[in-house]
Amino acid sequence: MTPNLRRFYLLEVFSGLGLTAAHFFRNMARHVAYAVGASRTGGAVTIQYPEERRPYSPRLRSLHRLVRREDGSPRCVACMMCETVCPAHCIYIVADEHPNPDIEKVPSRFDIDLGKCVFCGYCVEACPEDAIRMDTGILEFSSYSRGGMIYSKEMLLSLEAAGADGRPRSPIPVPADRKA
Amino acid sequence: MSGLALDLLLQAIPVGFVMFLVLNFGGLLTWVERKQSAIMQDRIGANRASISVLGLRIRVLGLLHPLADAVKMLTKEDFTPARADVLLFKLAPFVSVFFGLAAFASIPFGDTLQIMGREIQLQAVTLNVGILYVLAMISLGVYGLMMAGWASANNYALLGGQRAAALMISAEVAIGASIMGVVMVYGSLNMQDIARGQGQPLLPQFFGAWIPAWGVLTQPAAFILFLTAGIASTKRIPFDTPEGESEIIGYFVEYSGMKFGMFAMADFLETVVIAGMTTSLFLGGWQVPYLGAEGFRLPWGWAWSLPHLVVVVLQVVAFVVKVCGMIFFMMLIRWTLPRFRYDQAMRLGWLGLFPLSVASIVLTGFLLLLWGAR
Repeated sequence: MTPNLRRFYLLEVFSGLGLTAAHFFRNMARHVAYAVGASRTGGAVTIQYPEERRPYSPRLRSLHRLVRREDGSPRCVACMMCETVCPAHCIYIVADEHPNPDIEKVPSRFDIDLGKCVFCGYCVEACPEDAIRMDTGILEFSSYSRGGMIYSKEMLLSLEAAGADGRPRSPIPVPADRKA
Repeated sequence: MSGLALDLLLQAIPVGFVMFLVLNFGGLLTWVERKQSAIMQDRIGANRASISVLGLRIRVLGLLHPLADAVKMLTKEDFTPARADVLLFKLAPFVSVFFGLAAFASIPFGDTLQIMGREIQLQAVTLNVGILYVLAMISLGVYGLMMAGWASANNYALLGGQRAAALMISAEVAIGASIMGVVMVYGSLNMQDIARGQGQPLLPQFFGAWIPAWGVLTQPAAFILFLTAGIASTKRIPFDTPEGESEIIGYFVEYSGMKFGMFAMADFLETVVIAGMTTSLFLGGWQVPYLGAEGFRLPWGWAWSLPHLVVVVLQVVAFVVKVCGMIFFMMLIRWTLPRFRYDQAMRLGWLGLFPLSVASIVLTGFLLLLWGAR
């Protein structure tokens, strides 16, 4: 098409209208087919979020959890590696003596301020005991207050790894200041 | 006395129908715009507004969103700038909506309805100069925008008002010139006469009774010119220079709440009016092909007689379907083309549409001389 012909808007306008109209009628037919049950996908690429979810990658860094030993106590030895490496300074550990003399320390407090956390995963990398992981698959932990974003040791210990489908298996812990 | 009351009551039928049609179209167009654009862009579109009935969330394809919009706009703060001209500022959205609503009055949506021994013209107002009336109403609508732009005491609003006025003038000239060809072909300024004329066969000496003389066939160039200028006069994309969200927010920059909603409503009403006018002038109005006053009369002699009421209902349905089709097409254009720059819109209006419309008039005159006036 010569430039002069292209400057005459009408032809280009109609070719553009043809493109968008083709989209409209194709998607409309797909929507109708979906509505009557003839097709399993509709005419849109939209994922209707709270009801539908994309599959999560197994590498997804989600809400932290603290791993337990076989006897149920935390694996964490309060070595402060994660607290040190954390670029957001969002981990607060208070160390205590472990009753077992083979294990040196245990955290009496292990708080993560998720309002500060940048989900970089350095704490998981740094941990020598594999005591902290970010594999719960939990992404929705909003709160109405800053205090509600601080997750304590007990809450983090109660969580489990996500299932094989990437969906969370444990309920989202409710912070003390939030009413369920 | 009771005869007068009956006359008034019967005359209320077309008026009420036009009010019902235009207001509902105006409200529904927000839904059409959202859904149609979504489907064109592989999306679903607004579908979240719901009403809970007995624990059941009813969404009906997002049809409740216009309702939610209305609630939102009515409950928002109704803001007036400190230095605004209060009277003009508050009057402007009403002026805009009023002329948008009033413009539809002389567009016919059916032939005469014979009921109780009386003949009712199926148009809200029977005017000999119906076309001029619609044009006047569309032009007067721009006063609302200019008032809004001036009274807001805001430079961006003033720019928007000026642009609206300039765009309206350039579009109005082209609209007026392009429909002159239609007026010449059908020989009347009465839109009902023009609609009736489009039921006649086109050039019977060549084609027999096969092709109805719709305006789009007798005046194809004027159809495109009128549609372009009409879309320009609705101030919607691609001619939304008066708004131009990315450069000036436009004449309604200082408006909030339902007053802002009324400007949006006025745009939709003008879309309905332009769609109705295009239908009446170019798409045969309420004409159904081969449907006469007694029923279908096909050119090879086959006939199917229908009662009067069925014919009238078919004609009204045909008009509404055509208007819906035109609205669909205008929405398609709105969601396909980007905005013209201000100078491009002016150049298109004055150096493109206007001279071409005049050329179309001249050509129409020659052809009418050649094949004889109707």
